Amino acid sequence: MSYLPYAVAGWIFLVGIAGIATSKNLIHLAVCLTVTQSSSYVLLLSVGYVKHGVAPIFLGTKLGTTAVDPVVQALTLTDVVVSVAVIGLILALALDAHRLSGTVDPDGIADVSG
Amino acid sequence: MMVLGPGLLGLGSLFAWAMAGLPAFGDYHGPYGFVLNRVVVPLRHTTNVVMGTTFDVRGVDTMGEEFILYAAVVGVTLLLRDETRSKQAERRTRRLPNDTARLVGIAMVGGGLLVGLWLMAFGYITPGGGFQGGVLAAGAILLLYVVGSHRDYRPFRDVHALDPLESLGSGGYVIVGLAALASGTAFLTNLFGLGTTGTLLSGGSIAILNWASAIAVTCAMVLLFAEFLETYVVPLEPEDSGS
Amino acid sequence: MSWIPPLLVAIPLLAAAATAGLDHVTPQPVQDALVIGASAATTALAFVLLWHAEDHEVVHWFGGWQPKHGVALGVDFAVGPLAAGMCVVIGIVVTLSLLYALTFLREAARLFDALMLAALGAMCGFAMSGDLFNLFVWLELMAVAAYALTGFQVERLGPVQGAVNFAITNTLGGYLFVVGIALIYARTGALNLAQIGKALAHGPAGGLVIVAMTLLLCGFLIKGAVVPFHLWAADAYAVAPAPVCAVLGGVMTDIGLIGVARLYWTVFAVPFGQGHGVGDVLLWLGLVTAVLAGTMAFLQRHLKRMLAYSVVCHIGIMLAGIGLLDTSGLAGTELMFLAHALLTASLFFVAGILHVDHGLIDELHLRGRGRGCWAPAVAWFAGTIGLIGTPYVGIYLGHGLIDDGASELGRSWVPALLWLGSALAGAALLRAGARIFLGWGDDEDELLGRAIEEDPLERAVRRPILVGVALVAVVLGVAISVVPGLGQRAEYAAGRFRDTSGYAARILHDRAMPAPGSLPVTIQHTSVDSLLYASGATIFALGLAFAGLYRRRMPRALAPPVRVLHSLHSGVVGDYVTWVVVGTAVTGGVWAILLR
Repeated sequence: MSYLPYAVAGWIFLVGIAGIATSKNLIHLAVCLTVTQSSSYVLLLSVGYVKHGVAPIFLGTKLGTTAVDPVVQALTLTDVVVSVAVIGLILALALDAHRLSGTVDPDGIADVSG
Repeated sequence: MMVLGPGLLGLGSLFAWAMAGLPAFGDYHGPYGFVLNRVVVPLRHTTNVVMGTTFDVRGVDTMGEEFILYAAVVGVTLLLRDETRSKQAERRTRRLPNDTARLVGIAMVGGGLLVGLWLMAFGYITPGGGFQGGVLAAGAILLLYVVGSHRDYRPFRDVHALDPLESLGSGGYVIVGLAALASGTAFLTNLFGLGTTGTLLSGGSIAILNWASAIAVTCAMVLLFAEFLETYVVPLEPEDSGS
Repeated sequence: MSWIPPLLVAIPLLAAAATAGLDHVTPQPVQDALVIGASAATTALAFVLLWHAEDHEVVHWFGGWQPKHGVALGVDFAVGPLAAGMCVVIGIVVTLSLLYALTFLREAARLFDALMLAALGAMCGFAMSGDLFNLFVWLELMAVAAYALTGFQVERLGPVQGAVNFAITNTLGGYLFVVGIALIYARTGALNLAQIGKALAHGPAGGLVIVAMTLLLCGFLIKGAVVPFHLWAADAYAVAPAPVCAVLGGVMTDIGLIGVARLYWTVFAVPFGQGHGVGDVLLWLGLVTAVLAGTMAFLQRHLKRMLAYSVVCHIGIMLAGIGLLDTSGLAGTELMFLAHALLTASLFFVAGILHVDHGLIDELHLRGRGRGCWAPAVAWFAGTIGLIGTPYVGIYLGHGLIDDGASELGRSWVPALLWLGSALAGAALLRAGARIFLGWGDDEDELLGRAIEEDPLERAVRRPILVGVALVAVVLGVAISVVPGLGQRAEYAAGRFRDTSGYAARILHDRAMPAPGSLPVTIQHTSVDSLLYASGATIFALGLAFAGLYRRRMPRALAPPVRVLHSLHSGVVGDYVTWVVVGTAVTGGVWAILLR
């Protein structure tokens, strides 16, 4: 069981990418992107986990008690904000695509190529 | 494409190979985070080490993060400027027909705002923080749209107020950093009195930065929601729109 | 002088917040002055920083969290001459683009300015950062700003497609990078680059480090538009407004390569520095990129798409310079970065002028329309000659140093392929220039495929500003090869950048670095080989351009490969993501075999 969280993270990442690569809808694609990113939350939080560790908040907990890593939590927080920002932009682009072409299919908006 | 499967298989094998080299779950040995767990509370008088990391030890990351959110709001405004312009005229004015639903909803708006403010205020002592509280408060304001109408919601999305406020939040973060630099110390050095551990008056500039990001995040989320809501209108019947 | 590095980020970001926040209260001229002033001040401070960084790495620990007993706790900016030089050129290109945009982009100007300034701060932060996660933060900030700027012209579908493809592939690159960070963090328990390097010095590297390196470097290579991760670049550049293209193509894409170099020499040179396995893969990726993108440039008729492939081609050459893993190669890459940024910006500026003048940006449709526009024509041809690397013009000195690096390692076949790449891209640009400004050749060419619809730009521009900015950029870029003392300083800077243990000692133990001694102030000479290659490349480019203009019909043998090339660049984001996955898996697989 000790490697299960890592395996879950890897699986989520791959499933998300498969979704992105085969998606026929920009909204669906944005959701797949979120799925892929959530893999990094799982991985970050699980690498910083310590057996029997408490949350790194020392109000009423004695300093020096075994606690989990606070850095990965701070990194995850930043990661979440990045995700919000990117998803916001992609959804806005999807709205634009729909207004201009009547479709949100990535194939349908492939205006230029070569 | 046919190469996707083999590609994913290859990437998956790489992941598996890497993860076999990780310490087993729960066996992490640090040192970075553990050192911070020991030093942040005595050095900064803040009991929430995650917030101490976010707003002090790695405060510059958070400054960048504020601006990522800021750039996203500016970007979405830019990308949707045609969309919102064309739909300025028609607006949803319908209210929820069910009074009970409206009352519960309004109660939730108040509750959400309160919990949001609580998360912001006590973030550097107990679990929470400017980001979490900001998102919750913005969500509560969004609820106003769901249970009320666009008219109720509109005062909260006045760009003339929100834009400067959001700039103040993000810009304020930079100004706190510059103030430290101007006083001859490093950028974002914690200058203010550190106060008593475990109280609201602890953490020095962590508290100020926490509030700056709370303001910036709340405004950013409200502005983001608003940009998307502006593009969504319930189409009116021709005779309705004529009157 | 350690107070300067944070200002290069703080000034543009504060100005970005102010410009959008004060939108409703301050008059236009004040806003313009604020924006241009902030950008110019950042550039000026970068110059001062460059001056000081010559002696020793300028280190700034944010929040005053200095390392204790050789253990880093906070986040640092560590600036040597190479990083400071990058900041200077980033500042110049962004300032020129903002000046150009003064009349070129009036609608939504405040939003545009805020995003450009955010990108400026992010790029400077990226160039200077000495912390793995901090690199990711600046990478994402510049990316988010760039996605929105690419989609600026929301009234057309092309920009939406370009921005979507750009956003999705680069975001995926960012996610690969975060997974790489998590893996490295689990192994070393550190985020500071010098600290990670120190932690990796003990024990065997193993699969975890190899995979983490693959994910981190591929994240940067996606940003840097290296084949096979380059597919988004042409779609994005073709549709972004000219001043945005100048920043994207001039500095923002190339900066991914600096990330690659930074990570290699601070972290991965420690476990893998004994052999050439890491470098060889980078070298081959660079070679393939240079030749393939050069070819693609020659197959374009849309000027900005052509320029996009030209950028990718030069990125290939620069990556090869890094992949040689020696001082000459890195110094060459650095000099090429400077010249290439300015020349590429000027060519995008000229493309924007043509778009304004004629409402078109298609080489064939524009045939002969540029006659008499002498200033844009001069800028175009001078920029092209500079990008080919004709002896002592533009990128020549940088390319020559990369040649030197390759021959020192006994790989004398490398320069030939690299010069072929720049000659191919140069031939495309020469052909387009001759057709547009001289009216040579035909107005049909089956090689180039179908035209891309383009709407005219209806803008009341001040043309002298646009032309002036383009000329300034081209003059600066062309002159890079003949600035006395620059070559020697680039080599010194590259040597410092490659000094893994010296860097770690400076960062973690605040140890002084050896003084540089006095560097000569003369124009650096290159080897005879480079002179011959450069002359050959120029003649080859001229010949190929003529062939492109006057050949009767396409040789039949070329038709199928050209069709394959066009169809691979499909414009569909799902295909691009597939290539990202395959490219990452193959790169990692090769490294697994070479390094295990």
